[in-house]
Amino acid sequence: MRRNLIFTLMSIEVMLNAAGLAFVVAGSRWVQPDGQVMFIFILATAAAEVSVGLALLLQLYHRDKSLDADAASRMRG
Amino acid sequence: MFRLLWLIPAIPFASSLVLALVGSRMSKKVVAAIGVAAIAASAVISILTTWKFLVAPPPGDSYTQALWTWIDVAGFRPQIAFYLDSLSLIMTLVVTFVSFLIHLYSAEFMIESEGYSRFFAYMNLFVASMVTLLLADNLLLLYLGWEGVGLCSYLLIGFWYPDPANGLAARKAFIVTRIGDTSMIIGLFLLFRQLGTLHIQELMHRAAEQWTVGSALPIAAAALLLGGSVGKSAQLPLQTWLPDAMAGPTPVSALIHAATMVTAGVYLIARTHVLFRLAPSVQFAVAVIGATTLVFAGFSALNQWDIKRVLAYSTMSQIGYMFLAMGVGAWTAGIFHFMTHAFFKSLLFLAAGVVIDAMHDEHNIFKMGGLRKELPLAFGVFLIAGCSLAGLPLITAGFYSKGLIVWEAWSSPQGNPILWLAGAFGVVLTALYIFRVIFLVFFGEAKASVTKRPGYRIQIPLGILAVLSLIGGFVNLPPGLGNEPLFTRLLETALPPSVQDRFGLLTEMRSEGLLALAFLLGLGLAYLFYLRSRQWSTALTANRLGKVLHEFWFADWGFDWCYDKLLVQPVLWFARIDKGDVVDAFYTGIAGLNELLCRGLCLTENGQVRWYAASIAAGTVIFVAIVLFR
Amino acid sequence: MDAVFYIAAVTAILATLMVITRLNAVHALLYLIVSLLSVALVFYTLGAPFIATLEVIIYAGAIMVLFVFVVMMLNLGAKTAETERTWLKPGMWTGPCVLAAFLIVEVAYLLFHAGSLGQEAGLVEPKQVAIALFGPYLIGVELASMLLLGALVGAYHLSARKQQQLEIQDGVDSNGTRAVTGRDLTRSGAGGPSRAA
Repeated sequence: MRRNLIFTLMSIEVMLNAAGLAFVVAGSRWVQPDGQVMFIFILATAAAEVSVGLALLLQLYHRDKSLDADAASRMRG
Repeated sequence: MFRLLWLIPAIPFASSLVLALVGSRMSKKVVAAIGVAAIAASAVISILTTWKFLVAPPPGDSYTQALWTWIDVAGFRPQIAFYLDSLSLIMTLVVTFVSFLIHLYSAEFMIESEGYSRFFAYMNLFVASMVTLLLADNLLLLYLGWEGVGLCSYLLIGFWYPDPANGLAARKAFIVTRIGDTSMIIGLFLLFRQLGTLHIQELMHRAAEQWTVGSALPIAAAALLLGGSVGKSAQLPLQTWLPDAMAGPTPVSALIHAATMVTAGVYLIARTHVLFRLAPSVQFAVAVIGATTLVFAGFSALNQWDIKRVLAYSTMSQIGYMFLAMGVGAWTAGIFHFMTHAFFKSLLFLAAGVVIDAMHDEHNIFKMGGLRKELPLAFGVFLIAGCSLAGLPLITAGFYSKGLIVWEAWSSPQGNPILWLAGAFGVVLTALYIFRVIFLVFFGEAKASVTKRPGYRIQIPLGILAVLSLIGGFVNLPPGLGNEPLFTRLLETALPPSVQDRFGLLTEMRSEGLLALAFLLGLGLAYLFYLRSRQWSTALTANRLGKVLHEFWFADWGFDWCYDKLLVQPVLWFARIDKGDVVDAFYTGIAGLNELLCRGLCLTENGQVRWYAASIAAGTVIFVAIVLFR
Repeated sequence: MDAVFYIAAVTAILATLMVITRLNAVHALLYLIVSLLSVALVFYTLGAPFIATLEVIIYAGAIMVLFVFVVMMLNLGAKTAETERTWLKPGMWTGPCVLAAFLIVEVAYLLFHAGSLGQEAGLVEPKQVAIALFGPYLIGVELASMLLLGALVGAYHLSARKQQQLEIQDGVDSNGTRAVTGRDLTRSGAGGPSRAA
């Protein structure tokens, strides 16, 4: 598990991409547009998530001056 | 007029409810007005009912007013019904009238205490329960009243609850009387099982028909009921709670522990007299218990320094007289003594309250002295009541009632000379201890100054009770002194007449004369030891044997110590070693398991983002695995 | 066509592996872009040209550029490489590897127990995709637009400068010492007895 938040976000992108790939392949296998449609939605989601995520990351950087995921553990149980 | 019978318990009950719910928001004047007026109403109705009963007695000399059916299960149908015959009439009259006077007294006496409305609520509830007990027509309703007075006794003894000692005394009273109550309820079970009803008159009927004298069932039933009486009336062996009950306020001691609750046991025996007559051995036990208690308590009273404890032991002793009367078959004499005792004992307590209050809550009689000039009213009434208690011949009520009992102890077929001797010796002791108190408190030189004088609300009840303590005996004049046994004749409509057939050496007059001598002996000894030559009494307690006896009698013949070693310590020990037993381990185990789980789950809430992400990933993998490989 | 597919697939896998093991953030980003481009090529060979285009333009073109902006802004270059070296220990890879192994097993199981592949992957025209979007998936389009709106507002709000946020907070708290203004009267009326006490 990477501690730097940038890498975490990047990994999320990878995951979303992989999911999208699976959808497209499925849609292509049955020669239907549904897979591609799903991929478009996933793309929209990824875009939204990246923008909000990066905004949060910037806020965190301003507050704690570091991108360590372990430093943001004030919500301990 | 008889139709108003149900109001006698209902009005105090209603006022108690009102005071309990909204009393704390009312001013003290209003609270006192409600509390006293309720009992006054009950007293007035009782007086009118008595008058009506005397003038135009109902048919069969009894009147029943049924309100509703309480329970109706498989042929068991106790009702909420009130049964009025001369026994319950006299007792209700005395109880309500004395309660009214004591309520009036406490309106002034308790004015500075916090919880004024709580006090009156409890007191009214007590009177309501007591009257329910007296007027009940079946044993279950009687038991309801019985428990009600026990509860109010607990609440009122522990009235000043911030002091834990008061709570302890209240709990002790409740627990010891509970032992008696358990015995009584088992007796009720037995009676119902064998005779099929708990309605008192019906029960007496069936018992007389079905059971033979001296067989096992009446002995068992009577003995169990006797257990209840012994607990409630503080006789041996369940008497240990009464001296400690003096921790409550003085009006409480006057009302509950002198005039009313402690006589409930006597009432029970009188009501179920048929059972006792069917079990002569138990009846004899009643007499023996009465006789021993009156002597034991007399010795204990002689050695107390707290004025209220002297009066507590005195109560114990006088109820011993009543038990003695019941035991020898002098049923009406016992009730007569109850009436006179209610007057002079409550008066003694009330006067003692005035004295204690005037001496800034000082209870120790050795720290008082010379109060007859400072508190002339208290002195006067205390003297009158004390003389009545000891039985000053001819002019006091106590003389007549006590004399009757002691004479019956000799002359009744169930009596015997030893019981007479115990009664006579009791007179010596009574005179001795009460005049000891009088001489120590009111004579001699003054040890402290008096700041508080009683107001009219205290003076009026004291006066009325003093008059009653003097003239209360004249309702039953013995043959040699006028021969007008009005009281006995009234009560014989409800209770069996006493038989006097053994004469031997004594006649009634000779017995009364000997009692008068006993009174003078006690008075003389008290005068000698406590007024004229105080050094004799100090010398007595100073020497070794005297000291041991003094300590022994001070501690009530070691009963408390005995019970502590026999019962209390073993139970505590057992409770201690049982603290962590298997059943407890089960419950603590559950709690411990939960705690473990909680701590385990807490670890997952560590606020680490990576940990959360990892758990999501792992969860997803597992989920997919489950879906795939099902 | 098959060869292109296999080459692109291998490139994608290798590039992604490089992404997750790089210490330098910028290097990882560049490898991610390469991975995305390879996947786009895979899409094209699978008969989804429109999606391939979208992948390049939006994913690699907009989202990755956003990442690059942020990385450059925070200056995460050689400095972070040092910290990453300390943080990234070999032992750290065990957990993820185990989970990944599980996943691979599951995927393999799926692949070998599912139906046969049979025919060739067919081409799906962009026209068909468009008809699907305006037909049965219309609600999805609307929802996606709302999602993007939400993301827009959220990102804007979260990026507001911290100074402004503090000022707004101060205004609400210290009303005891503030001079009475028009807004105060209305606010104090709503506050009620707790304020007076």
